Amino acid sequence: MAEKLMKYADAVKQFDPVFGLETHVELSTNTKLFCPAHIEFGGEPNSQLTPVSLGLPGSLPVINETAVDYAIKLGLALHCEIAEWSQFARKNYFYPDMPRDYQISQYDKPTNGNGYLDVELEDGTVFRVQIERAHIEDDAGKNTHVGGADGRIEGADHSLVDYNRAGVPLIEIVTKPIEGAGERAPEIAGAYMRAIRDIVRALNISHARMEQGNMRADVNVSLRPMGSKEFGTRSETKNVNSFRGIEKTMQYEIRRQAAILADGGEILQETRHWDEATQTTAGGRVKSDADDYRYFPDPDLVMLHITKDRIDRISKEMPEMPRERRNRLQQEWQFSDLEMRDVINADALDTIEATVSAGASASGAKKWWLGELSREANAKGVSLEELDITPEDVAEVEKLIADGKLNDKLAKQTVAGVLAGEGHPADVVKAHGYQVVSDDGALVAAVDEAFAANPDVVEKLKSGNMKPMGAIIGAVMRATKGQADAKAVTKIVMEKLH
Amino acid sequence: MSDIQELVKLSAAEMAGKIQSKEVSSRELVEAHLSVIEQAEPSIQAFLTVSGEEALAQADAFDERHAEGEAEDAPELAGVPIAIKDMIVTKGIQTTAASKILEGWVPPYDATVIEKLKAAGMPLLGKTNLDEFAQGSSTEHSAYQTTHNPWDTERVPGGSGGGSASAVAAFEAPLALGTDTGGSIRQPGALTGTVGVKPTYGGVSRFGAIAMASSLDQIGPVSRTVLDSALLQEVIGGHDRRDSTSIPMDVPALAAAAREGAKRDLKGMKVGLVKELSGEGFQPGVEARFNEAVSMLEEMGAEVVEVSCPHFPYSLGAYYIIMPSEVSSNLARYDGMRYGLRVMPPADVPQTAANMMAYTREAGFGDEVKRRIILGTYALSAGYYDAWYGSAQKVRTLIIDDFNKAFDQVDVLVSPTSPSTAFRFGEKTDDPMAMYMNDIATIPANLAGVPAMSIPSGLSDDGLPTGFQLIAPQKRDDVLYKPAAALEAALNDKWGGPMWQSMNTPWLDGLTK
Repeated sequence: MAEKLMKYADAVKQFDPVFGLETHVELSTNTKLFCPAHIEFGGEPNSQLTPVSLGLPGSLPVINETAVDYAIKLGLALHCEIAEWSQFARKNYFYPDMPRDYQISQYDKPTNGNGYLDVELEDGTVFRVQIERAHIEDDAGKNTHVGGADGRIEGADHSLVDYNRAGVPLIEIVTKPIEGAGERAPEIAGAYMRAIRDIVRALNISHARMEQGNMRADVNVSLRPMGSKEFGTRSETKNVNSFRGIEKTMQYEIRRQAAILADGGEILQETRHWDEATQTTAGGRVKSDADDYRYFPDPDLVMLHITKDRIDRISKEMPEMPRERRNRLQQEWQFSDLEMRDVINADALDTIEATVSAGASASGAKKWWLGELSREANAKGVSLEELDITPEDVAEVEKLIADGKLNDKLAKQTVAGVLAGEGHPADVVKAHGYQVVSDDGALVAAVDEAFAANPDVVEKLKSGNMKPMGAIIGAVMRATKGQADAKAVTKIVMEKLH
Repeated sequence: MSDIQELVKLSAAEMAGKIQSKEVSSRELVEAHLSVIEQAEPSIQAFLTVSGEEALAQADAFDERHAEGEAEDAPELAGVPIAIKDMIVTKGIQTTAASKILEGWVPPYDATVIEKLKAAGMPLLGKTNLDEFAQGSSTEHSAYQTTHNPWDTERVPGGSGGGSASAVAAFEAPLALGTDTGGSIRQPGALTGTVGVKPTYGGVSRFGAIAMASSLDQIGPVSRTVLDSALLQEVIGGHDRRDSTSIPMDVPALAAAAREGAKRDLKGMKVGLVKELSGEGFQPGVEARFNEAVSMLEEMGAEVVEVSCPHFPYSLGAYYIIMPSEVSSNLARYDGMRYGLRVMPPADVPQTAANMMAYTREAGFGDEVKRRIILGTYALSAGYYDAWYGSAQKVRTLIIDDFNKAFDQVDVLVSPTSPSTAFRFGEKTDDPMAMYMNDIATIPANLAGVPAMSIPSGLSDDGLPTGFQLIAPQKRDDVLYKPAAALEAALNDKWGGPMWQSMNTPWLDGLTK
């Protein structure tokens, strides 16, 4: 049943969107939040368990201090106030994937509160998103519904529960209501998520792979008439797990709600789900007063005490933040805004930086990673990092060019050899005997031959018409099987003409 | 050696002495107690599971180590067997919390206290009965059986730890472990004439103790003498990284304090009589024994003063908010998904996980447990939280203040443990409030996390044992043991030996070797 939608442009002309994001980031600790169970993606179902993560009678949670360190790092990166005393609470509800039938989360005393994140948009505009809190909690297990269509619970004849994920540490980053975004709301939401992804990667606290569920967001959207101060009723679209999905969810909800409001209807306060296949959100559970999680402080866990010394120690270990790093590298590399955006969009910042560190020029590194290598990665559907060539290899090729040992053509063949698994550039060059001919004797002979074969061309050149120069160089190249240094050939030709 | 009767009537410390001197082996002790268990169980029914084979294997392992001189670093109680309340998980031995919902559950791990007992070479005789999930004061709420008081098998042994108390009182075990949330070790101690200790909260690891109310639960010793409890607490106490609420400190010198107390010199000690924990509601015989005991403390040199703890009358109310609130959350995990009972809905009801959980919990929990889950769910509900749980926590703070002020004036506080002696089966099961009143004197110590102990103080005019409670400041469990041991010695003098001499033990008749 297709829902009525308003055109996006009309919707944002008539209504002012207010939105908020609750982002779950799975931490990349070795063990779970409250027990020493090992965490590994893709393990055999129910193989990563302890009495604690299975909620066995008598088991007790003990906080993983590494997860707390990670939370502090994220709090610092998001300019949060880090509470000296924070507390875990129990969120009580029955669900098969919850081993204790309550989640341990932070409620009224989160570790991180009141921060912000400056988000840079495509055109360079910076939008500040206020952060309400970033709290620590444990994840639930995973239900698999069997026997129905598409793994949905409807129509399934039974379900399987895998508790490997139960107890994996999460940080939930909650924004304050984001106002004033107007028509750019979806773009800001997407850029915010990418910024969070970049930060947690830079901090090395999460694998941050959305496709593996390391990051997912609940998207809250409401509309209000232009000029109104009061928030409208919101919908909450749960567990959106791609950047595009977040932008599309925002657009869809704005269009859907606008159509309802324009017809004089009311927005239902409900949780919805983003359907990637139909590119729509579907209504889920209506939120009501019946949702009562009976939060209370978890008596099994003492309050979390974070000393100033601990925060100071972690502050000193903080890496450069992604936005600052981008600005610094752009300056160092002397790239234009446009060039830099291409680098970011190609996700090539890390590889270019590594290639420059290995000795290549910034422009040389960019040429390879955004050219040949991006094409190769796209064709294979892998990231630049996953290609069979390292930044050191690329730097080595660049050096061979600079030293006059390879020309462009040979360099491309060398890179192709590395990608084909033939070894490092030196190995490929050696195996194929790639070598620029710069021996004057051989080249002079080849030029003489070319002159003799093309007297008309020589005439034109002598008369100052340099256009046919390519014909001579081409002939020399053919004679030397492409190994001639074009610059050296040109020099000899010029000398002979004068 | 001597006959079984003589052997099992020894204190645990005496048994340990005979092991040390190789007069008796751990195996002989286990065998003796297993034969008492066999004779006593038809009338006492203290045990839910007897783990005889495991106990004998543990005893043999210890005897071997001992014979080879490898047990020299073992605690004093090494080789002495012990019974375990079925609220504490034991690897490979069914653990039920006396609930149908855990019937057949065999834990894959040991509680920290069990690991410590095993390391000490103390064989586990079996698992003792209790009120379901430790919720009750008579052990009548067990889903499996009714435990009888060895003093009068028509009467309850108290609860929730009636099984551990009766087993020790009936000589089925020299020692036992209990759990105390509002008095579940001390009140059965009082009703069966045994010693029961609730250590400082955080003094003994809760890892592996099935949770009833996490902020109140403590594992503690049950024994026939004060010294035995001291020795046992030294084995099970100490910091455990697997329990976040465990206090990072060493166990105080408890046995030394008990041995010092046996000298019966209490000069310089100040004892506080809690005004609010006597008088109305306390059985005259209980009061009489209590007053005599206080006089004995004075005779041994203690200075006795009356202190007021004005907020204690509110403790029962606060307890019955906090405890059920935590119960409602702690017992949520028994949902049929992962272990224990699973009841599928009838065919005409949708076969969903939610329905399975509902049918399982309906069938698996008894009425008292359901009553507390409902109370706690209500107390934590949005809109009621501040009025109920929030207020109760404020009362808790006031009770802690009362204790702090009292301990500014005195070293140790005393009161009767329980308002009455053992009552008859069924006498209070239809009146929850009457049942809850049993814990009026024991609850304040749980709310404040301070250590407390009950020791036998004689027999009431009905011929049944009475209990005398001592309460010490937090982390000062040692302060309990000195006056307790002194009083025990003085009472033994007065009554011509331990109180249990007056108990009829037909199940021991004919037990000779």
